[in-house]
Amino acid sequence: MTKLRHHQLGLSDEDVLQMFKTMVLARMIDERMWLLNRAGKIPFVISCQGQEAAQVGAAMALNKDKDYVLPYYRDMGVVLHFGMTTQELMLSGFAKAEDPNSGGRQMPGHFGKSKNRIVTGSSPVTTQVPHAVGFGLAAKMKKEDWVAFTTFGEGSSNQGDFHEGINFASVHDLPCIFMCENNKYAISVPLEKQLNCENVSDRAVGYGIHGETVDGNDPLAVYEAISKARKRAIEGGGPSLIETVSYRLTPHSSDDDDSVYRAKEEVEAAKKIDSIITFGSYLKEVGLLSDKTEEELRTNLRKEIDEATDYAEKAGYAEPESALKYVYGEE
Amino acid sequence: MPIISYIEAVTRAIREEMERDENVFVLGEDVGKRGGVFRATNGLYEQFGEERVIDTPLAESAIAGVGIGAAMYGLRPIAEMQFADFIMPAVNQIISEAAKIRYRSNNDWQCPITIRAPYGGGVHGALYHSQSVEAIFANVPGLKIVMPSTPYDVKGLLKAAIRSNDPVLFFEHKRAYRLIKGEVPDEDYTLPIGKADVKREGDDITVITYGLCVHFAMQAAENLAKQGYQAHILDLRTVYPLDKEAIIEAARKTGKVLLVTEDNKEGSIISEVSAIIAEHCMFDLDAPIKRLAGPDVPAMPYAPTMEKYFMVNPDKVEAAMKELAEF
Repeated sequence: MTKLRHHQLGLSDEDVLQMFKTMVLARMIDERMWLLNRAGKIPFVISCQGQEAAQVGAAMALNKDKDYVLPYYRDMGVVLHFGMTTQELMLSGFAKAEDPNSGGRQMPGHFGKSKNRIVTGSSPVTTQVPHAVGFGLAAKMKKEDWVAFTTFGEGSSNQGDFHEGINFASVHDLPCIFMCENNKYAISVPLEKQLNCENVSDRAVGYGIHGETVDGNDPLAVYEAISKARKRAIEGGGPSLIETVSYRLTPHSSDDDDSVYRAKEEVEAAKKIDSIITFGSYLKEVGLLSDKTEEELRTNLRKEIDEATDYAEKAGYAEPESALKYVYGEE
Repeated sequence: MPIISYIEAVTRAIREEMERDENVFVLGEDVGKRGGVFRATNGLYEQFGEERVIDTPLAESAIAGVGIGAAMYGLRPIAEMQFADFIMPAVNQIISEAAKIRYRSNNDWQCPITIRAPYGGGVHGALYHSQSVEAIFANVPGLKIVMPSTPYDVKGLLKAAIRSNDPVLFFEHKRAYRLIKGEVPDEDYTLPIGKADVKREGDDITVITYGLCVHFAMQAAENLAKQGYQAHILDLRTVYPLDKEAIIEAARKTGKVLLVTEDNKEGSIISEVSAIIAEHCMFDLDAPIKRLAGPDVPAMPYAPTMEKYFMVNPDKVEAAMKELAEF
C-alpha cells in the first residue's frame, strides 16, 4: 500500500486536520469581516480568501517557536498559525485599544505581534522584504538556527525592494524564505501586465537562488516546498523564492469593485478549485473528515468567531489623546 | 586632551561602540575593505571583520531596509549612505518604515538604527555631492536628525545615536571632515540628542545655526567683536525635533536673530526655527528675524564661480550679522 501524501511529507493525521482547521478559520473570519463591513460596523476589510492553503501550508512548514514571519496584508492564515487569535483579529477589525497588532492605529491586515515573532508591517508594498533580509542577517550574525519568512503578492515582485532585498540575501547566503502569493491580480492589473516572464519564480535565476512555483491551492505542495526551503536556509544554502499560484476570490478590498476588470465566470471557475473544497475532499477521501465532522468543525469555529466579534465590538477604543503616545521611546 | 579631526571623531565613536556592544555593526557601500570613500570607517574592517563591517551591494533602499530589519530584531546597525544626495532611494524605508515602526505597532516594536550620511557643499561636488537633505526628513515625527559641528559633539552625539532606541539620521558635513579639528576626550561620553548648545556668549545679536555654518558664524563673530558687537551663537546640533526652549532663550537674549543654513532657504530647518521665534518671542524682538541661506535653486552647481555664489561663507555671515547689529 502506498503511503498517503501527507504521511510522505511527515505530517500526521492531526497535523493535516489542524491545517484544514486553520484554513477554514481564516476563511470564516474573513467572511465575517465582510458581513461586518457591509453592515457598516467596520470600515475596511482586505481578504485572505483563495490564499489560505498557501498561507497555512507554508506557516506549518516553519518553526512557530523560533522563526520570524513578515507577513503581508492578506496573511491571516500565517498569523493564525503563529499564534494570533480570532479575538485579536476581530479587535484589529474593530480598531480597538486591545488589538495587539497596533492598538487600533492601523487598518486590519497590518499584522504585528512581537511575542509571536510576527513583525509589524505597513501599507507601501514590499518594504518587508529588506526587513526579512535584516532578520536573516541577524540570524547569521548570531549563529542561530531560525529563518525569516516573508510574503508578498506578484505585483510586489516588480518593486525595487524585492530586487534589492533578495539580491542582498543571496550575496550573503542568508536564511530567508521569500514567498510570492501569486493571486493573479494587483488590484485590477492582471498578471500579464505585471511581468513578462512565465513565473515570478523565474526571477530567482537572476539572483542565483532556488526558485520554484507550486500550486497555491494545495497546502501539502506548499508545505513541501517551504519545508525544503527552510532546511536549505538553516543548512547555509541561502534563500529561496517560492511562488504559490492561486486566485484572489474577493475584490482587492472592501472598497474595490472587481466586476469592472474581470469576468464573473473567471471568479466562478476559481471557486470550483478553491482549496477549502479541494483539501476538504482530500481529507474525506483518506477518511479523516466527513460531512458531519466538517459541519461540527464549522459550528465550533462559528461560535468562536461569534464570541470574538461580540468581545471586540464591546471593547473600548483607545483614548483620543493616546494618539500622542509612542512617537519615540522613553529614554 | 587630544586634538582630532571631525572624521576621526566619527571613526572613534563607531569603534568604541562596536567594542562596547557586539550588537553594533556597520553596513554600507565601500565601508569595509576600502574603509569608506571618506575613510570614516577606516580600520574597522581589520579590527572587527567582514561580518560586522559589511560591504553591501550598491542599493540604498536595501542598506536602510536590511538595517531596519536587523534593528527590529535587536541589533544596532549603523548604515552609511555614501552621500546624503544618494539617500533618496531609501526614503520610503526611512519615512514609511523606520520612523513609524514604534508608533504603528503601539510600542510593540522599535527600530534602533543609525543612518549616517555626509552632506554639504564647498567641495566641488556639484548638484549630487553637495546637498543638504535634512529638511526632507524634518517633518517626520519618529525620526531624530543630528547634525554636529565639532569633533567633540560628533563623538558624543554619534554614540548617543547608536545607543538610542529610535531611528537617528546623523548628517556629517563632508567639508568639516578634515577642515575642523578639536579637543576630544579619549573617555566614553554621550551628549543628549535634542539639546542645542551655546557655542559663544554675547549680548548684541543671536545667531542660530548648525553644522559647518557654526564655524562660519564663530569666525564672523570674532571679526565683529573687534567692531564692538558681541554675538551669541546657538548651535542646534539636533535639527529635529528642535530644542524649542534653547531657541526661545537665545532669541530673547538679544532680541536680534540671524538664522543660517547652507540648505535652500524656503521650507528649511531655519524656517521652522523662525516660526518658533515668531510664535513665542514676538515682543522680545528688536529687529525682524533675518535668514541667510542658499538660494532656492535645485542644488549647488559645479563651476567654482557658481558654487561660491551658492555657498554660505564667513564673509556672508559677517555681513548679515553686522547689518542686523546695526539695525
